[in-house]
Amino acid sequence: MSRTPVTKHDEGDGMTSLEMAPTNAGADGAAPLLEVRDLHVEFAVRDSVTKAVNGVNYSVNAGETLAVLGESGSGKSVTAQAIMGILDSPPGRIAKGEIFFQGQDILRLPENERRKLRGAKMAMIFQDALSSLNPVLSVGFQLGEMFRAHQGMSRKDAKAKAIELMDRVRIPAAAQRVGDYPHQFSGGMRQRIMIAMALALEPDLIIADEPTTALDVTVQAQVMDLLAELQREYNMGLILITHDLGVVADVADKIAVMYAGRIVETAPVHELYKRPAHPYTKGLLESIPRLDHKGQELYAIKGLPPNLQAIPPGCAFNPRCTMAQDVCRTDVPPLVPVTELDGTELPGRHSACHFWKETIHG
Amino acid sequence: MGRYVVRRLGQLVIVVLGATMVLFACLFVLPGDPVGQIAGSDKARDPAVIEQLHKQYGLDKPLVVQYGTYVGKLVTGDLGTDYTQSRPVTEILGPKLENTAKLAVAAIVIDIVIGISVGVLAAMRRYSIWDVSATFITTLAIGVPSIVLGMIMQRVFVIELDWFPLIAGDSFEGIILPAFTLAIIDAALVAQLARSTMLEVLRADYVKTAVAKGLPRRTVLTRHIMRNSVIPVVTYLGISFGTLLGGAIITETIFNWNGIGLALIQAIQQNNNPIIVGVVTISVAVFVVLNLVVDLLYAALDPRIRLA
Amino acid sequence: MTELVSGTGEPTAAGPVPAAPGAEPSVARVSQWTDIRHRFFANKLAVVGLVIIFLLVLVALFAPLLAPHDPLKQDLTQTLQSPGSAHWLGTDALGRDQLSRLIYGSRIAVIVGLASILVAVVIGVALGALAGYYGRWVDTVIMRVADVFFAFPLLIGAIVIILLMGRGVLPVVLSLAIFSWATFARLLRSQVLSVREMDYVHAAKALGAGQGRIIRKHILPNSLTSVLVYATSNVGIAIVAEASLSYLGVGVDPEVAEWGNMISAGRNFMGVKDFMWTYPSLAIVITALGFILLGNGLRDALDPKMR
Repeated sequence: MSRTPVTKHDEGDGMTSLEMAPTNAGADGAAPLLEVRDLHVEFAVRDSVTKAVNGVNYSVNAGETLAVLGESGSGKSVTAQAIMGILDSPPGRIAKGEIFFQGQDILRLPENERRKLRGAKMAMIFQDALSSLNPVLSVGFQLGEMFRAHQGMSRKDAKAKAIELMDRVRIPAAAQRVGDYPHQFSGGMRQRIMIAMALALEPDLIIADEPTTALDVTVQAQVMDLLAELQREYNMGLILITHDLGVVADVADKIAVMYAGRIVETAPVHELYKRPAHPYTKGLLESIPRLDHKGQELYAIKGLPPNLQAIPPGCAFNPRCTMAQDVCRTDVPPLVPVTELDGTELPGRHSACHFWKETIHG
Repeated sequence: MGRYVVRRLGQLVIVVLGATMVLFACLFVLPGDPVGQIAGSDKARDPAVIEQLHKQYGLDKPLVVQYGTYVGKLVTGDLGTDYTQSRPVTEILGPKLENTAKLAVAAIVIDIVIGISVGVLAAMRRYSIWDVSATFITTLAIGVPSIVLGMIMQRVFVIELDWFPLIAGDSFEGIILPAFTLAIIDAALVAQLARSTMLEVLRADYVKTAVAKGLPRRTVLTRHIMRNSVIPVVTYLGISFGTLLGGAIITETIFNWNGIGLALIQAIQQNNNPIIVGVVTISVAVFVVLNLVVDLLYAALDPRIRLA
Repeated sequence: MTELVSGTGEPTAAGPVPAAPGAEPSVARVSQWTDIRHRFFANKLAVVGLVIIFLLVLVALFAPLLAPHDPLKQDLTQTLQSPGSAHWLGTDALGRDQLSRLIYGSRIAVIVGLASILVAVVIGVALGALAGYYGRWVDTVIMRVADVFFAFPLLIGAIVIILLMGRGVLPVVLSLAIFSWATFARLLRSQVLSVREMDYVHAAKALGAGQGRIIRKHILPNSLTSVLVYATSNVGIAIVAEASLSYLGVGVDPEVAEWGNMISAGRNFMGVKDFMWTYPSLAIVITALGFILLGNGLRDALDPKMR
């Protein structure tokens, strides 16, 4: 498997690993950078249990971008926090599953080993930089903290490193602004600081949880481009969590669509756009405003996301699905490989729909 | 910043002046002639002596003039002369203020130690038996006012257990009961405040960021959780300290603690107006100064606060 | 903030913030109040507080029916009697029935607590609303005056007024009110400043509503929830302050049946006749707790986020 990540904009040329579901190896047989296997996360509050993640599988290779798409409450962020080891626990609990990172099951590591991975080997970028940065510490201090905590660097050296990082994410006048506080920066600049913090120790994996949602539209593109560029440069694996299909198209290699704590569809990014294999994905695509459909009424998936304390039996999406049949209300559809009508396998494509054939081909 | 302090100091002067004006308006239209006290209880006083004393204390002049004289002296730190001993008020109140300050410091130390540790423990072990009992006990404690708490303290620790002398003067031993009496309500409030701010901070996104950065647990706790939780607590303690320094009348009276609060009560019994005015002026001034200090401290601790 | 129940009630960062005013006040308020009521009654401690205060008011109202003796009647043959069948809570040094004095004492507590805070709320709300709404010099003058009164510790300030007016219920009520209104003025002012910029107030203004009408119909209703919370806890503070003043000998007249007087009288018999001060102490603590619990309950019910 080629680890050069330059294939982003070429459509499905087969160079990028698109293996995701239950298989555990890259195309060349090497283990992927990260592999999540059958992950279950639940939140127990008093006597009710919220099943936030119900058997998620996905994998990411170095230099590859996986977009995880879903509404709020779909379990996309919870999965990410489970990977990072920053679940609110209690009440959060990993009920089942394995997370392999660089070949070892990190869920079995002692907390101190786990901590050393965080920030150094895997880092996270949060949605709202203003609330995610400590308001009473200068950004330079917060950036430098990475070096001081993980490398025992002196305060002075850490500050120099912080300035370097701020330069790296193109914050103007970094040396002057290193002592400024988060609230003194604009939204876009703050998100750059979050990115700089995540990049500080050149981790192998970055998880970006809705990194541009809180930003102005014009700034969104800049920040996304910066992130993509740095990812390419450092050849990192990137998990991009978003609810916005528009963000995904340009930067992701492959997409996993989540619904009610499960992955309902996986696909190389452009194939997903062309031919969705799950009614939920289809609904999402149809609800994107498009210039060429101007004047038409925008489609919206009817109903509400499921209550995670009472996920409907069968397919969780069935109450909102236009194609739902009796079987959808009784049997949970497994995530199965998607093929052409003639049986040709479509690499990297899976769907968890009883009627995936009808959805993709009909 | 400099301009802010100057403006606040200006406001502060206005507030203190306003307060003394309220005081004067109240005290010097009081029934009863304070000079009667000075001249002694002799019914057959010499009118000439009384007049002479009136002159000496400036009581023959109109109220406005008296006030002007008072303010003029106040600016130079002179609080006038008292009626019973004919000594400068500052000289009488100085040592008493020192005693009150000792008591206030002791009480604040108790507030900090008990209040913060109980609050932090409760927040860290939320919903545990510790948390539930801390909430219960602090709520109860807030409902026990000083007049009651002071009585209970004396009954239990002085009379029953005989751990402390009834009148301890300003010895170290003597400070313990009044300090606790004074501190307990505030300690309970500090505990509740520390708990609620800490719970808020624990939920904050930046704490999650700190954990995601791979910082050691202790660093997350001290640098990111405690540092942010402590800001409202410090503010509260500062204002509370200002009030304590203004004289804890009840506690000082119950324990015979020779501070300015006790001096006030004694002066009232003796119609000793200069002392009354002096104590009230001091407590108002201390309160407003401490308020300014707290605001500056707040701005120093939280860079988001802009002084304007 | 030091000796009294729970501070001056000055709004702090941690203090209650009123629920965000709904965009449609009239409709929103109905369901909002239902929610508040549900949350309040779901809170057991709040209900306990409410029951305590309800009982206190009942005792105060029906004191003549409940008290077995005349609280002022001295009986020098029956002095310092320990609690027994003739006098359930004993008698004081002048042979007065302690239980009757305790029962009548609730009247002073209720009257002083409610009246002083009522006066303080009326003054504070009126001045605070004016300051917040008109701004400029009106604001400056009112708030500087408020600063002056705010700078007095409650008891010290009250003593000054009582020195002027003499002892008695009315002086105590007024003195406590005079040094309590500034809190409400500050609260109201900040409320008005935030509500003033709400869209629906702009809308009302655009529709030509007069300023008086805007204050009455739009600004006050939205500010009153937090006033209610502060007033409740301040009633408890005022009751404790009143008892403290009487204890110090600068409250109501010493012969009046009043809890602070009773504690003060019992002080000389500490360790010998403890019943003299323990029962009135208990009465004060229960009353103070009642108002604290009710105040906390209202705060949590009005703004569930603040828990």
